[in-house]
Amino acid sequence: MAEESVQDAFISALEHWPSEGLPPNPGAWIATTARRKAIDRLRRTRNLARKVEALAALTPDADEGIGGATMEAGNAIEDDRLRLIFTCCHPALAIDAQVALTLRLLGGLRTPEIARAFLLPEVTLAQRLVRAKKKIRDAGIPYVVPPHDELPARLEAVLRVLYLVFNEGYSATSGATIVRRALTGEAIRLARVLNSLLPDEPEALGLLALLLLQDSRRDARQSPTGELILLADQDRSSWDRGRIDEGLAVLDRAAFLGAPGPYQLQAAIAAVHVQAPRPEETDWARIVLLYDRLLAINDSPIVALNRTVAISMARGPAEALPIIDELRDSGGLDGYYLLHSTRAELLRRLGRRDEAAVEYGQAAALATNEAERQFLERRRASLID
Amino acid sequence: MRYALLIYVQPWETTPEQDNQVMEAYNAFGREAMAADVMRGGEALNEAKTATSVRVRDGKTLVTDGPFAETKEEFGGFYLIEAANLDEAIKWAAKIPGATRGTVEVRPVADMASAPDETNQAPAGIAAG
Repeated sequence: MAEESVQDAFISALEHWPSEGLPPNPGAWIATTARRKAIDRLRRTRNLARKVEALAALTPDADEGIGGATMEAGNAIEDDRLRLIFTCCHPALAIDAQVALTLRLLGGLRTPEIARAFLLPEVTLAQRLVRAKKKIRDAGIPYVVPPHDELPARLEAVLRVLYLVFNEGYSATSGATIVRRALTGEAIRLARVLNSLLPDEPEALGLLALLLLQDSRRDARQSPTGELILLADQDRSSWDRGRIDEGLAVLDRAAFLGAPGPYQLQAAIAAVHVQAPRPEETDWARIVLLYDRLLAINDSPIVALNRTVAISMARGPAEALPIIDELRDSGGLDGYYLLHSTRAELLRRLGRRDEAAVEYGQAAALATNEAERQFLERRRASLID
Repeated sequence: MRYALLIYVQPWETTPEQDNQVMEAYNAFGREAMAADVMRGGEALNEAKTATSVRVRDGKTLVTDGPFAETKEEFGGFYLIEAANLDEAIKWAAKIPGATRGTVEVRPVADMASAPDETNQAPAGIAAG
């Protein structure tokens, strides 16, 4: 099965990379293999389905047994994986339990690996898994693919888990390193599996596109000494073109289905960024429009904050400042370091250096990632002279 | 499996007409649950301010005025239902009128006597500890 061989490749890669050094483009290597195998499998399944139909038409009795059984075996395995995904991501489980179970049962990551990735003691994670399994058993969480009418809401839960896994790996919430490869690779792999099991689901495609496009920047986000590099300062030649091309193609497929949603919109925003050869050529006006649409369906203060960044780029910091002040006053972002770092950046661009320095200080105090905290500290220091 | 559906709602000022509407909504739920043969019992409770709390410590019975916990949302009543699994129980919980204003807690009834249900059980890898 495709997933098993990719899983094997991934697990053996996890074991070998530290000693042998990273292959030139590890993500692409696994992705290409996975994609080829997924396409092969899909082709085989479709061909098989057509052959079974053709045979059934000619000889309704004789061949249905054999062809039908093979089809059923294939479907049964896919059904099993789908059931597993939806059970692991059941809303009745706490979100960290969903994430841990998904990585353990679908990701094939071992408990110590998951614990390491989330910077948790192994015992804590083991207990979390035991409690989750107990909840499934005691509360009677069924092992089923949700019925059609419940699928959109339940799929949302799965996408959320995958996005959390990716984000944990991509922009770690604590510790010095920003990218934790095992998690980002795993999130992408599982997003591919989900899409091959549930083809033509716009938001599932949207999520995969988003992960691919964000992941394309992973080598550019950190300096060799571990410092954070902003999007505008990144070496775009180090962006992974394979990821970009694939991400854009997947986004196209999603768009073609004509059912926009939050993940597709976020992917579209990422697409605008990756298609700008230089930061100055970024189509910020388009990004503002995309954020307008995203805010309309997902009225979250974090989306609103990102929108003000886009507005400051499209129309200037003076226009963005009152908007971010209104956001701050609404209280939805209290204690969120990015609110302060964004406001600090606007003040800095407006030449209000003292106020910017204070704001950077507040942001640094609230940051949870060491590399980001140091970045904010440096910004603050640079304004005091 | 049997589930207790525990209804927590913040009391609010009602007109007699609204009271009737709420009662009718609960009656409708009751009828639907009976027709589907899932209803196994239930009661509406008087308001929390009519409650008395009892504790026995060191052989002494301590009685105090009020519910176990002073919360904004009060425990107002419960149903006992029979459902194949949690998803079914959730579907019924969502139909309870109190769910739109407050919270319905879905708790499996501890089943001491019977053997585990074989149907729709997750594979051993999930359910086993």
